[in-house]
Amino acid sequence: METYGTHVYPGRLFVVEGVDGSGKSTQIALLRQWLISEGYAVFFSEWNSSPLVKKTTSKGKKKQLLTPTTFSLIHATDFADRTEHDIIPPLKAGAIVLADRYIYTAFARDVARNVDRRWVRELYRFAVKPTMAFYYRVPLEVSLNRILTGRTELKYYEAGMDLGLSNDPQESFKLFQERIVSEYEAMIDEFGLTVMDATLPIPEQQRRMRKLIRPYLQGVRRIRSSAKESAWAGLAREMRPSHSEIVGR
Amino acid sequence: MTKLAFYGIDAIHLKEREEVLPGRLIVIEGTDGVGRTTQLQLLRPWLESSGYAVVDTEMTRSVLAGPGLKQAKEGHTLGPITLNLFYATDFVDRFESQILPALRAGFIVLTDRYIYSLIARAVVRGADPQWIRSIYGLALKPDAIFYLKIGIEDLIPRVLQRGGFDYWESGMDMRLGADLFESFVNYQTRLLEQFNSMSESYGFQVIDASLPIELIAEQLKQRVLPLLPQG
Repeated sequence: METYGTHVYPGRLFVVEGVDGSGKSTQIALLRQWLISEGYAVFFSEWNSSPLVKKTTSKGKKKQLLTPTTFSLIHATDFADRTEHDIIPPLKAGAIVLADRYIYTAFARDVARNVDRRWVRELYRFAVKPTMAFYYRVPLEVSLNRILTGRTELKYYEAGMDLGLSNDPQESFKLFQERIVSEYEAMIDEFGLTVMDATLPIPEQQRRMRKLIRPYLQGVRRIRSSAKESAWAGLAREMRPSHSEIVGR
Repeated sequence: MTKLAFYGIDAIHLKEREEVLPGRLIVIEGTDGVGRTTQLQLLRPWLESSGYAVVDTEMTRSVLAGPGLKQAKEGHTLGPITLNLFYATDFVDRFESQILPALRAGFIVLTDRYIYSLIARAVVRGADPQWIRSIYGLALKPDAIFYLKIGIEDLIPRVLQRGGFDYWESGMDMRLGADLFESFVNYQTRLLEQFNSMSESYGFQVIDASLPIELIAEQLKQRVLPLLPQG
């Protein structure tokens, strides 16, 4: 079994991290579009999305069967399935894999739930170390405002209600998010996360992200020429008869 | 009294909570088809008739992960790391919601397999031994671990008698041979090696599983007796 930092694959793995409402999903969606238009093979993987584990997780959440430890384990199982299916094979094939949330989400949330810090790091030792991990840093008031306006209800585990911090879901959510933010802050140095200012305008954040990623794209094989190049190629093709036209004659 | 002793990190914080566990945790270990279930079926009524409250637990019986794990094993997309962690989820759910409450209430907990089978299977499937051990480091050290030891030659006739070779018990997910039988032999040989190598470091009490059922049951009773709370 390969462990964190020992995998050597031709592909690249970029991940985004941050609290809910930090705007990280918007950024990775924009990055994805750009990479596709540049002609790369891009795979996208999202936190908590394994079809194999889904039923168990939702049963656990719905019936409130989860303790901090089993909450941690079921998410690790979900992540393992995605690692074995959606992350490692495309990386071996030389593709670019983008992940919306990664192991650092588990470290932040589980430790905020009082799971032992070292134990949960050991649990995820099978994970591939990302090429780059972006942490979208945002003041708590901003992210809370983005999440809580227009939301009528917070889910039990989402609000950290299982911790018994407060009986009011909104208050509990705030306290839980505070803990999560302090875990993220501590992980910046531990894991070399790249901090992004999530209060900047969306296009500016994206411009910076692409600039940071570009050097790591060297040597990655494209499956198509970039959109710009194919536009030129298309123009050139129009200037002379196409293959099918020749065959058709 | 089950002591608050662990193989690794006490991730559930039992020490911090100063838990008192007046029960007893008794583990029967051994490979597939070795006769663990038969022995437990003899041990339980004997304990109960002596006045002890008994709870038993076995793999894939967790409310949380049991059904999902069984379903995942029926498909064809379950990878080895995912399989290991699904089992770990099942184990910890049973540990927290069946084993611990029973120990707190002073029950005798009989467990059909414990972390040792799970570690052995994981390592045979290529898991990093340190990784899998650290996950199960949160488990309590049992009051006794009885290991029903058998060699592959004695195991084969038992499995035949029981109805033949099962897909997972033959490690067919790894295809260790041309057919069920060959894979079974290779897989079980590797598992037995793992069990044997764990025997000393984890303090297994070894019982010769090739003996007649009644004789094994008698040995088990004799060894369980001194572990029981008096009265």
